[in-house]
Amino acid sequence: MAEVALRNVVKRFDEVEAVRSINLDIPDNEFVVLVGPSGCGKSTTLRMIAGLEEVTAGDIYIGGEIVNDLPPKDRDIAMVFQNYALYPHMTAFENMSFGLKLRRFPKDEIKRRVDNAARILDIAELLDRKPKALSGGQRQRVAMGRAIVRNPKVFLFDEPLSNLDAKLRVQMRTEIKRVHQMVKTTTVYVTHDQVEAMTLADRVVVMNGGAIEQIASPHDLYHNPKTRFVAGFIGSPAMNFIRCHMEQNGAGLRARISDKISLPVPASLTARYQPHSGKALILGLRPEHLTEPRRSDRDQNCEFDITLDVVEPMGMETMVYFTVDGQEICGRVDPGSAKGPGEVMRLHANMNHMHLIDPQTDAVL
Amino acid sequence: MADAVQTWLPGLQISARRSASRGLKQFLRHRSTIAFLMCLPLMIIIAALVIYPAFYSIYLSMLNKAQTRLVGLGNFTFLLSRDVFWMVVQQTAIFALTAVFFKALIGLVTAHLINNLPARGQRKWRGMLLVPWVIPLALSSLAWWWLFDPTHSAFNWIITGLGFHEIPWLSDPYWARFSVILVNVWYGAPFFLIMYLAALKSVPEQLYEAAAIDGANAWQKFRHITLPMMRNIIAITVLFSLIVTFANFDIVQIMTAGGPRNMTHVFATYAFMLGIRSGDLPLGAATSLFMFPILGIAAIFILRGVRKRGREIG
Repeated sequence: MAEVALRNVVKRFDEVEAVRSINLDIPDNEFVVLVGPSGCGKSTTLRMIAGLEEVTAGDIYIGGEIVNDLPPKDRDIAMVFQNYALYPHMTAFENMSFGLKLRRFPKDEIKRRVDNAARILDIAELLDRKPKALSGGQRQRVAMGRAIVRNPKVFLFDEPLSNLDAKLRVQMRTEIKRVHQMVKTTTVYVTHDQVEAMTLADRVVVMNGGAIEQIASPHDLYHNPKTRFVAGFIGSPAMNFIRCHMEQNGAGLRARISDKISLPVPASLTARYQPHSGKALILGLRPEHLTEPRRSDRDQNCEFDITLDVVEPMGMETMVYFTVDGQEICGRVDPGSAKGPGEVMRLHANMNHMHLIDPQTDAVL
Repeated sequence: MADAVQTWLPGLQISARRSASRGLKQFLRHRSTIAFLMCLPLMIIIAALVIYPAFYSIYLSMLNKAQTRLVGLGNFTFLLSRDVFWMVVQQTAIFALTAVFFKALIGLVTAHLINNLPARGQRKWRGMLLVPWVIPLALSSLAWWWLFDPTHSAFNWIITGLGFHEIPWLSDPYWARFSVILVNVWYGAPFFLIMYLAALKSVPEQLYEAAAIDGANAWQKFRHITLPMMRNIIAITVLFSLIVTFANFDIVQIMTAGGPRNMTHVFATYAFMLGIRSGDLPLGAATSLFMFPILGIAAIFILRGVRKRGREIG
């Protein structure tokens, strides 16, 4: 068990700076997820922690010790790879016990650990099979078993669910969470799937262009994003970014998004946004905050009529797409109240959850 | 009625011709038909140059020296009773097994060395190391013959220059065996190199990364990852090389012609000596046919292992 710390870590591949001076502290036993789009440097960061990539500048600490120059085997870490990286010529048992065998553990201890991991992962009856005879999910369990048996200081997961189909991915996600609860170990998990990040993490690190955009708990990240990138990346469908003009309306403020539609800023947020009165800004509003008018939050001022372009029934809810001033906006409505494409529908904007973004800096105000 | 038949018949002929041409078109459009037709030239060549000579040599091996009557297995029993033949069997085995072993070993080491070079340097070295395999074997064997030649030997010139005694490269039976094996290894190692290099490149990098995290050092990675992953390629390359080396003719023929005292003969050169030089074609054919069962058994064993591993690893 150990904490992991990254201090001003930089990684350069020739001219390209893949990771730009990042700082990160991961306390003991925490489950941290690095999330971001392809090429944002999340996998490189993980590989630097593993020792598979050299650090160009900065320091990496595991358990308080600088590990920059230690080879992977001496860092006491275990890693689960995207394509499992199981040795195809070895059985599941041999795959899981390989690391222990190299470290000269006694045979009965190896068997005890493998059996224990197999029990946790429910793969006891698969131990004598070779990877080719296992399904994707079973291979992933064996790969996790290989990590568990080592009882390492840190678990590293590099997009471990990317090769699984959607249903299995959800199942394995729960499995990983369950295993982490049973085997409390510091875990760094890389994914590009924000749902995975939100469901698994104690804290999420959102990366973009080699830098960290924000580190926060899933709840905080969702409700208080610091940048437009984070606001847009977290949440599905993504947050709507609507050009608006902040207008003074007596003591209050209104966000005008078109000639016809102007939405009142709640009194609780007026003081916060007052300095931005008269400016052209971006209004961030998640689809779930654009719904049909509901009795509980009925505020006539926040309602407006739109003509639907596209309607996507999802079963539990229906996504409606419409255009305001050339900008496509998505709302999330009750399936019973959704109308057809081309029809006029009344929507309600829950402005208590609004975000204002400075278009110059992309910072959430 | 007759008129009716007359007017009806030409129509029938045309429609029959049309349906026949449509059937032919359909037949030609079948993928299997096209595949067969495209393979046909090769099949004809193989039949003419391999199958026919093979059966002819079986027929030939059962004739008497004058090729006037069948003697059954007489030539085979005669060969089996000759000491020289058994010496040739032994020499061919030593020649092929030693040469293939060293070719495989050198190929593996050099493939590893090249694989660990930076990408830019790799191409240059790969090209240079392939040269022995590309040069026509008859020419390179001649060059080696000059290097070993008793009077003009470049090797002996260096050795005597260093203060040692001259080595009778091709006149002493044991040095002659060493020399022909050396040239065969020099010629054949690049084939192993290129096959092993391709095999090395096909081992997923993540397996090595997983092994590094599992705690494997360079030797353990080689022993537990590289070798098992390359086993099929190694087996197939060894089998292929074993067949070619067993049937080698040019190196031995050019450098020693089987001498001194028949002590470097291999099946092919011995068969050539008996069949062409001594004019006993049936005996020569019988000698060359001895290679068949030996290589056949080796092939069965090796390919069975390859198939088994292929099924397991996938």
